[in-house]
Amino acid sequence: MIESVSYETLMSQRAEIMKQSVGIDYAQYETGVLAFDYERLLADTGYDVNTACEIQSNTAVGHTPLIELKNITELVRAVAKPGKGARIFVKDEAANPSGSFKDRRASLSVHQAKQKNYTGVVAATSGNYGAAVASQAAKAGLRCIVVQEAFDSQGIAQPEIAEKTRACEAYGAEVIRLSVGPELFYVFLRVLKETGYFNASLYTPYSVLGIETLGYELAVQMQEQQAVFPDVVIATHAGGGNVTGTARGLRKAGAVDTQVIAASVDLSGLHMASDHDFNRKSFTTGHTGFSIPFTSWPDRVDVPRNAARALRYMDRFVTVTQGEVFYITQVLAELEGLQRGPAGNTSLAAAFVIAQELDKEKIIVVQETEYTGAGKHPFSQLNLAKQMGVEVRRGDPKDNKPGQHIVIPEHPSQITVTDVELDHVRRSYLHHAIESLNQGEHLSDVDIDFLAAETHSSKTYVQEVINALC
Amino acid sequence: MTELIVKGTWVEVYNLVLPAGERAPQVPEDTQKVPLEMRTKGFLVKPASLGDETEIVTTVGRRLRGKLIEVNPAYTHQFGPPTPELSAIGEEVRAILRARGQLK
Repeated sequence: MIESVSYETLMSQRAEIMKQSVGIDYAQYETGVLAFDYERLLADTGYDVNTACEIQSNTAVGHTPLIELKNITELVRAVAKPGKGARIFVKDEAANPSGSFKDRRASLSVHQAKQKNYTGVVAATSGNYGAAVASQAAKAGLRCIVVQEAFDSQGIAQPEIAEKTRACEAYGAEVIRLSVGPELFYVFLRVLKETGYFNASLYTPYSVLGIETLGYELAVQMQEQQAVFPDVVIATHAGGGNVTGTARGLRKAGAVDTQVIAASVDLSGLHMASDHDFNRKSFTTGHTGFSIPFTSWPDRVDVPRNAARALRYMDRFVTVTQGEVFYITQVLAELEGLQRGPAGNTSLAAAFVIAQELDKEKIIVVQETEYTGAGKHPFSQLNLAKQMGVEVRRGDPKDNKPGQHIVIPEHPSQITVTDVELDHVRRSYLHHAIESLNQGEHLSDVDIDFLAAETHSSKTYVQEVINALC
Repeated sequence: MTELIVKGTWVEVYNLVLPAGERAPQVPEDTQKVPLEMRTKGFLVKPASLGDETEIVTTVGRRLRGKLIEVNPAYTHQFGPPTPELSAIGEEVRAILRARGQLK
C-alpha cells in the first residue's frame, strides 16, 4: 500500500475537503431532516441561463446544429402503422470543442474555479466529461487532473476509457488511471487534499446549470426552424445531469409541455463494481448501472447534495439493449452520413420506437450526439466483447443478455423499448429516504413537500407510500 | 543488465493503492480478491531502470513515487477488424427505403 493518509482518516475528512474544493456550504440549504432548498442552491451560484450561454460562447461551447434525420424518419414510417412516425431531429453536440455536450457541463465549473482563484481542477470521471474539463481548463490556463476507473485486474483497458485517457492527455491533463472499484473516491479525495484544486464534480450546481443551455437552445432552435416546441425530447440517462439540465432549460425557454423521456442501455445483471464484469459491458455510461440507482437515490455522489435530480423531471423512462444501439449507430452513419456515438445513440434507438407511437406531424428531439473514433466505436466495443467471451450475433434483440449475448436486430421493426415503471422508482426513492433517517428523526411537512417534488408526485402519494413502509 | 532510462523521459509508474483482501466493504467478492492498482504518467525525475522505485513529475507539476513500468507508453486502443454482424445493415435499410420509393 502506498504511504499516505489512511482510508479511514481521509474519509473522515471528506466533508471538510469537499467544502474547500467546491466552495459551497451545503448545510445552509437544509430546510428539514431530508429537505433542502434545491432552487436556492442553484440560484445562489449566480449563473442563470443567459449568463451560462455567454460564458459558454467565450469558449465556443454550444450553438450546435439541430439536424432533421429525414431518412431515419422514413425508416420509422416504413415499420410504423399508417399515420404514425414522428419526425426525428438530433442536436449535434459532437460539434462542441471536445466533442460532446459535456463541454457545457465543464464550462461553468472551470469558469467558477478561475473566478475563485483555484490553480487547478480535478474530476473523477472515465468518460467524455474528463476530456471536457481538460479542454476547458486548457483554455482557462488552469491545471487539470482526471481520475479514471480504467482497467481490470488483467490490465485490460476499456477501449472507450483508453480513448478518454488519450484525449485528456492531449489537452495537457494528468490522468490517474485506476483498476475497478469505488475506492477511486479515496484517491480522488487524496488528490483534492494534496493539490487544493477545485472539485469539478459532475454533480455540483455548476455542472447542471451548464446543461440548461442545451434544453434552452434546442427549444429556441425548434421555434426558429419549425415554429413549434418539440413534442418529445429524449435524453440518454446515467447520473441524471443530462435529463435534469435539459428539462430545466426547456422549461426556461417556455417549452413546458414538451415530454421529457430518459433512455438508458440495459445492463441489468452486471455489477458496476465487479472486476469480472468491467470489460463485459460494451457501454461505459448512459446505462442502467448508473441510471437506476441514481434516479432512485441521487445523493450517492462526491458532493453532499446532487444537483442532478432526474426523477423530478422525467415523464417517462425507457431502456434499450446494447445490440439495438449498435444497430442504430450503423443506421445513423449509413442513412444520415453521421458517424456519432455511442452515447446519444441510446436516445436515438429509443426515438426510433417512440416515433412509431406518435402521429407523423409530431416532433422528437434526440438531444445529443458525441464524437466517435478509435475506442469509441462499435468495432472497438464488439471486438472486446468477443475477446471477453460475449457472443455477438444477429437475431431478435429480445434474446439480449448483458455480459453474455449482444444481439444485433435483423430488421428495424425488432427494435423496442422497455418502460421502467416510474411508480416503482418513486417507491424505491422513498424507501431510500426513510432508510437514510437517523434514529429519532421525524419527517415534517417541509420534508413531505420536498419528497413530493423529488418524486414528481403528490403529498398524498408520498404519505401513502411512507405509511406503508413504516 | 537493465538499461538506464534518462531523466526527463515520459514514463508510467505503478502503485498498489489497496491490497487484495483490504478493499472497501461494499466491493463485490471478485473485486475483493484483487488489489486496487494505480498507473500515472509523468517525466522521470532522475535516471532509473524499468522495475525501479522512482519518482516522476506529472503534467500538473505533482511529484509522485512509484514503480517504473513503461517508457513512453503507447496508446493501443483501436478499431480492430470490422464487425461482420454490422456490415449488412446499411444495405438492408437502404433496400427498405428503396421499396418505398424513397431511394433510387
